[in-house]
Amino acid sequence: MTLPIIILLPFLAGATGALLAQRRGFTAAAWAAAVPIAGGLALLAGEAPAVLAGERILVSWPWLPQLGLNLSFRLDGLGFFFSLLILGIGLLVVLYARYYLSPQDRIGRLYALLMLFMTAMLGIVLSENMLLLVMFWELTSLSSFLLIGFWTHSPLARQGARMAFAVTGGGGLALLAGLLLIGEIAGSFELSAWFSAREAIRNHPRFNVALALILLGAFTKSAQFPFHFWLPAAMAAPTPASAYLHSATMVKAGVFLLARLYPLLGGNLVFEYTTTGVGLVTMVFGAYVAMFRHDLKGLLAYSTISHLGLIVFLLGLDTPMSSVAAVFHIGNHATFKASLFMAAGIIDHECGTRDMRRLGGLWRNMPQTATLAIVAASAMAGVPLFNGFLSKEMFFAEALDLHGLPLLEGVAPAAVTLGAMFSVAYSVRFIHDVFFDKPHDLPHPPHKPPRYMKVPAEILAVVCIAVGVLPNYTVAPLVDAAAREVVGDSLPAYHITIWHGFTLPLAMSAVALAGGAVIYWLLRHHYDLHLHVPVRYTGRLLFQHAYDGLIVLAARFTNQLHNGSLQRSLALVIATFLGLGAWPFVVHGFGAGNLTPAVPPTLGIVVWGAAMAGALGAVWLHHTRVVAIILAGVVGLATSIAFAYFSAPDLSLTQLAVEVVTTLLLLMALALLPQSTRRESTRGRRARDAALATGAGVMVAGLSWAVLTREEESIAWYFLEHSVPGGGGNNVVNVLLVDFRGFDTFGEIIVLGMAAMGAWMLLAGLRTDTPPAVPLPSMNQILFAAAARVLLPFALLVAVYVFLRGHNLPGGGFLAGLVAALALVMQYMGDGLRPILARVRIDFLALIGAGVLLAGVTGLASMLAGAPFLTSATGHWRIPLIGDLTLASAIAFDLGVFMVVLGATLLTLTALGQARCTASASREDT
Amino acid sequence: MEMMLAIGLGTITACAVYLLLRGRMFPVALGLSLLASAANLFIFLMGRLRPGAAPIIAPETSIYADPVPQALVLTAIVIGFGMTGFIMALAVRTRSETGSDHADGREPVPDRNEVDEP
Repeated sequence: MTLPIIILLPFLAGATGALLAQRRGFTAAAWAAAVPIAGGLALLAGEAPAVLAGERILVSWPWLPQLGLNLSFRLDGLGFFFSLLILGIGLLVVLYARYYLSPQDRIGRLYALLMLFMTAMLGIVLSENMLLLVMFWELTSLSSFLLIGFWTHSPLARQGARMAFAVTGGGGLALLAGLLLIGEIAGSFELSAWFSAREAIRNHPRFNVALALILLGAFTKSAQFPFHFWLPAAMAAPTPASAYLHSATMVKAGVFLLARLYPLLGGNLVFEYTTTGVGLVTMVFGAYVAMFRHDLKGLLAYSTISHLGLIVFLLGLDTPMSSVAAVFHIGNHATFKASLFMAAGIIDHECGTRDMRRLGGLWRNMPQTATLAIVAASAMAGVPLFNGFLSKEMFFAEALDLHGLPLLEGVAPAAVTLGAMFSVAYSVRFIHDVFFDKPHDLPHPPHKPPRYMKVPAEILAVVCIAVGVLPNYTVAPLVDAAAREVVGDSLPAYHITIWHGFTLPLAMSAVALAGGAVIYWLLRHHYDLHLHVPVRYTGRLLFQHAYDGLIVLAARFTNQLHNGSLQRSLALVIATFLGLGAWPFVVHGFGAGNLTPAVPPTLGIVVWGAAMAGALGAVWLHHTRVVAIILAGVVGLATSIAFAYFSAPDLSLTQLAVEVVTTLLLLMALALLPQSTRRESTRGRRARDAALATGAGVMVAGLSWAVLTREEESIAWYFLEHSVPGGGGNNVVNVLLVDFRGFDTFGEIIVLGMAAMGAWMLLAGLRTDTPPAVPLPSMNQILFAAAARVLLPFALLVAVYVFLRGHNLPGGGFLAGLVAALALVMQYMGDGLRPILARVRIDFLALIGAGVLLAGVTGLASMLAGAPFLTSATGHWRIPLIGDLTLASAIAFDLGVFMVVLGATLLTLTALGQARCTASASREDT
Repeated sequence: MEMMLAIGLGTITACAVYLLLRGRMFPVALGLSLLASAANLFIFLMGRLRPGAAPIIAPETSIYADPVPQALVLTAIVIGFGMTGFIMALAVRTRSETGSDHADGREPVPDRNEVDEP
């Protein structure tokens, strides 16, 4: 249970705590965020002895096992090392952010986002299931988007956030695709299963595709050339976020993934050449560009790109010691780079600028900060006695020891020395330009930084020195445990030491240090560095062009397809469907099946002829709307008869009732709309529509013909067999509705209720200036009204009867609801709406709500009894006078259906009726 | 019989689609209602033609019509009414807000070459 707690603690406790505590001030919020992290560290420490002894802690809970997605976690040396970095540096960043933010910033939000990010990051490094890893991976992209764009008012922040999200999120999709491919090959998404199926996976023909996709994911996340441009743009983030995301964590996710999957991917020539090549180019390129950046954070961003390239290069080599060096440098880079970001933030905070062309001479104002920065920058440059020196030394040694990569021999040692020289040069520039050169153009005299703002950077600087001087008493066991997991088996005996004797790597270090200093001196004195105008960032520019172009293209495409005209969109949709639907007919023709056609009865021919005539007439005469309504009614009536003839009494009755209310509804709406449709379509438009309509008609006719002349393979037997024993009813259709497919029906009555409420809301309080086009019918239809009143109790009785018998004979909640609604609508037609509403005091909205509730509660009741949602129970009762009665519990569900149908029908009709009253009232007013 | 039903369904669908492509809300709603009828019949007929065999379990009967499409269609019929009601409410509201009963919520701008001579 410990692993999920470690992962979720920052988000669940830290984020909510910080949000709640921010009203009590910054310090309270910081405590609320820090305590859960400290708790996570303590939990992690509890697992340390086992992990350092080489144990792997695996826990797993099924989530969606059908998809291979399980909540399985893994804590091994590598995960432990990364978790320690994430939680440890996270804790320092929380303290730092407390002093960095200005009072008008919402610190709770920053902490909440940082904690969310921390959870996502811990999830990546502790996932055993690779789909779970992708989920956390995307979560880091998402939360870093929010963190980079934290200052939402700044356009640069928004742009940077978008860019980071597009690049890392896109890489995440590639990663998902790659992992899915491997999952397909391995038949599982558990890391252990992948490692044991290593050979089968690597020999699979699709392995190289998967490899390319995974590398794409890792390279975008770790800002490798040519995807590096999002990282400098992300410097618009608040510095605490940069210190955390862009030094220690987010960008390390990519190299973590390479390390994590190294046992699977490593030792393959494609992998080795790609990673070492990309890593080398990124390392030299990043270091070169960093020298010319004037912005402190920009320099650090390119330096980070360069160091990530170094790590990627190391992970590409196949010697065990290269893995040790990679892991070691990951830790070292995280400590010195986080500390440098914090120093840059302090300088920015106290001087009001991060531009090295304006800063200078700060040694006198802030000697402590300067000392910190010098320590961290020395580590970055690889000066002896600092931690960066040790891992860089190992890196040089590895660059000289290239087995099996003949193409890189000679190139790699030269390139790494060159990169290291640039690295020294920009480190010297950072220190000299900020602290020693004379101040050029400070916005204001520097303030004194708050005491505790420096503490996190101080702790990191101490770590840099401690590791640099005493590596074997500090990080060696951690690095060893982590590197063991990367290599996959035991490591050769090695010893991290400062002094190896006079070796070639030492010479390379010396060359780099001296050369770097010379480069900086030359740049300052023979090339005025401060006047250097950086080249327009090409990667960023290309991205922006592609991005803008894509948006323009999308807008153009949308406008082509949908210019706001319903007719145009519908015509396109129908044409598309015709095109797709025509394909099978083109291939297979309109062939008949082998069933012997039946001879239609004479009455059938008459009814069906009437239906066709009605439809054609409705089109022909549709400009006169009343006539069109009546002709369309003929079609509905014929449909009802067809249902009756082909053994669907329930449908027939329902269709009949619906046809009546629909006709009423259309007539009532017509009273508020123009009575006729203008002839405004052009001849061409009419011809186009006629062609589309004919096409649709031919297609439906052809499909019906093809189906009706062929045998059926139905699942009906199941329902026919189980209707009585399982559902307790003889009317299979009703049992299907309230029992077998009850959940579906539940959804449908909700839809019906929502449609009615929508109509009601659209019409509530409608004041229309347009007077009704026809005089309202006289309300003094005494005869009709009297007859309707007499009929009411009978009609309601019929509704009850229809409802009760529904389970065994045609009827049920749908039909009963419509019949009851018709009974009331008849009163309305006789007496007018207002008197009826005054007499029948039913809140139709409440009726709909109660109906849905009743249906839902019935379903839940069966869950209480331990059965699935909406399982029905049947019972027999002997009731005096009525006799034997079989009732299923589904009848309560059907009652809910009844209430919703009744409520929805009446709500729609009264809403229209009331709108009409308002309309007529407004006419009378004027 | 099969041929007759197929042609009839095709005719109703064609008429419905034509009405659906008109510009004003009212014929569009009418077309939608017709299309709903046609679609319901089509789905229903997927259970094949079996007159005189209502799916109500009786002791001495063994042939029943397919109840599955019937159950599917029954709710569709009622929802069709709800949909028509919603669209008509939308039409009335749109007209009162914009003064136009065109489906796009505004009177179409006639093409220059189609304007009648004054």
